[in-house]
Amino acid sequence: MAIRRILIANRGEIAARIIRTCRKLGIETVLATSTADRDSVPARLANRVVCIGPARPSESYLKVETIVHAALGTKSDAIHPGYGFLSERAALARLCENEGVVFIGPTAAQIEAVGDKLRARSEAEAAGVPVVPGGAVESSDEALTLARSIGAPLLVKAVGGGGGRGMKLVQRVEDLPAAIELASAEAGAAFGDARVYLERFVTSGRHVEVQVLGDGAGRVIHLGERDCSVQRRYQKLIEETPAPDLSDVLRSSLHAAAVRFAQRLSYRGAGTVEFLVDRPRGMFYFLEMNARIQVEHPVTEAVTGVDLVAEQIAIAEGAGLRLAQPDIHCRGNAIECRVNAEDPYNDFRPSPGLVSAASWPAGEGIRVDTHIASGSRIPPFYDSLMAKIIAHADDRPTALARLQKAIEATRLTGVTTNLPFHASVLSDPEFRAGGVDTAFLARVELVTHG
Amino acid sequence: MSLTAADVAEIMRLLEQSSFDELTLEMEGIKLSLRRGAAAAERSESVLVPAASAGPAPASAPATSAKAAAPDPNVQDVVAPLLGTFYRSPKPGAPPFVEVGATVAEDTVVAIIEVMKLMNTVRAGVRGTVVEILPADGALVEYGEPLLRVRKPG
Repeated sequence: MAIRRILIANRGEIAARIIRTCRKLGIETVLATSTADRDSVPARLANRVVCIGPARPSESYLKVETIVHAALGTKSDAIHPGYGFLSERAALARLCENEGVVFIGPTAAQIEAVGDKLRARSEAEAAGVPVVPGGAVESSDEALTLARSIGAPLLVKAVGGGGGRGMKLVQRVEDLPAAIELASAEAGAAFGDARVYLERFVTSGRHVEVQVLGDGAGRVIHLGERDCSVQRRYQKLIEETPAPDLSDVLRSSLHAAAVRFAQRLSYRGAGTVEFLVDRPRGMFYFLEMNARIQVEHPVTEAVTGVDLVAEQIAIAEGAGLRLAQPDIHCRGNAIECRVNAEDPYNDFRPSPGLVSAASWPAGEGIRVDTHIASGSRIPPFYDSLMAKIIAHADDRPTALARLQKAIEATRLTGVTTNLPFHASVLSDPEFRAGGVDTAFLARVELVTHG
Repeated sequence: MSLTAADVAEIMRLLEQSSFDELTLEMEGIKLSLRRGAAAAERSESVLVPAASAGPAPASAPATSAKAAAPDPNVQDVVAPLLGTFYRSPKPGAPPFVEVGATVAEDTVVAIIEVMKLMNTVRAGVRGTVVEILPADGALVEYGEPLLRVRKPG
């Protein structure tokens, strides 16, 4: 079925990004906005705007029934959910399936399969994709046997815990029984569940993810990897492709593992399989799959020349995969900085408000994805992403130099941004050498503010 | 400049628990206006508007089809409390809830808005005489779109 009109259930830079591809394809766009975004740049770019509710996301962007009703009421053929908000809510995909609206994304069942961490882990194991070694333990003897096979250091985690709570780091296997006893007692008191499990502790890890496209019938291709190790409290700030300083064997193993995982699910659409690369051991483990377009997708587009949103739409239309694996060629290096309205010198506190003046860089190899122009407002209800600045070149040093120049040329007044932070990371010798781990940023911050 | 989403949520919670209906907060380049939904089901919370000193106003015109409020101060709009399909009568073929010229009280049901087969009644929220009914029966209405104009007595 040819898609003629798409309702975009999102806001910000990704809404503007989706509209750009729709215009190129001759597809009309209807933007669903909250009252806070009625005057935004994407609202000006869309063919039509419908106000779906108040600023608070729970009363607008997160209302599944309202979004589908808006699509039906505007005679839109399809819904593009972007990232965040409802993009990985099986309920939206399912309601679309029931109402005959095309959901530009995977099936509801696939969203559920990857959304449940334990289920995703067992799917990975079944697909022959390595997961972090570990498992549940009932007794000290069992724990010691497992610990010897995993190797120290180890993490003891509470089954009922999460977000770092109820975790114990064990450096030597002989300290394990005492740690388990303590962790179990604490978990019982804190979560009402005394069960614990063991996991290998990765002392130095990199976050590397693989972009895939699937036709929903078992055919899957990959579009290379992205290194997203520059993170602050799990929030990615700089992403690049290819991942620097990876062996060819490791790189192609990552690609193959991602394809195997997506094939097992007969995955439909664009998705990303995330891995933790264990630097000291030279191994990798499956983390999770993101069943949507990613914020950092432009670096992949820069080196492959593939418009991922256009491929998402083609797959949703039923055209399948228009590209085969040999069609995918990665040329050069691309690096992206996320420009956020937040104060890097004040614990990265969000800094919403009015952008009195905005001037974005341009030039060879520079792409800027943004929804911010002079006079734009950054409402306090949503994330603080203002733009993504992407530099592409034939080699990494040239891409870095272009990105540095682009960051210097960016002028934003009215709100505090993290541009100075990006400038300092891009000039950091360890980052310039390439292949930093996820603890890199904390070390840089210690030097800067300690 | 520091007002996070969490701060705003907290301020909204405080307003909800208070006996006040409106709150306006101005600080360093932002102005936060909160209004409790007194009229009908309107719960239009918190739209950030630039304070007078905070630089140029956004360039664009309002992007929605919402019509300008009636200039007559005695005429009040009844607006859509949610996006959905506007129906003037309780079921097809039944007489409309109200016609132009009808007298309404705050709790008079004036329309239905359907969202995915769920019917939501819209009450006038104001006492007076209906002077205009804006959307066509069966039209898609947006959140905040004027549905009826009501002239208040006196």
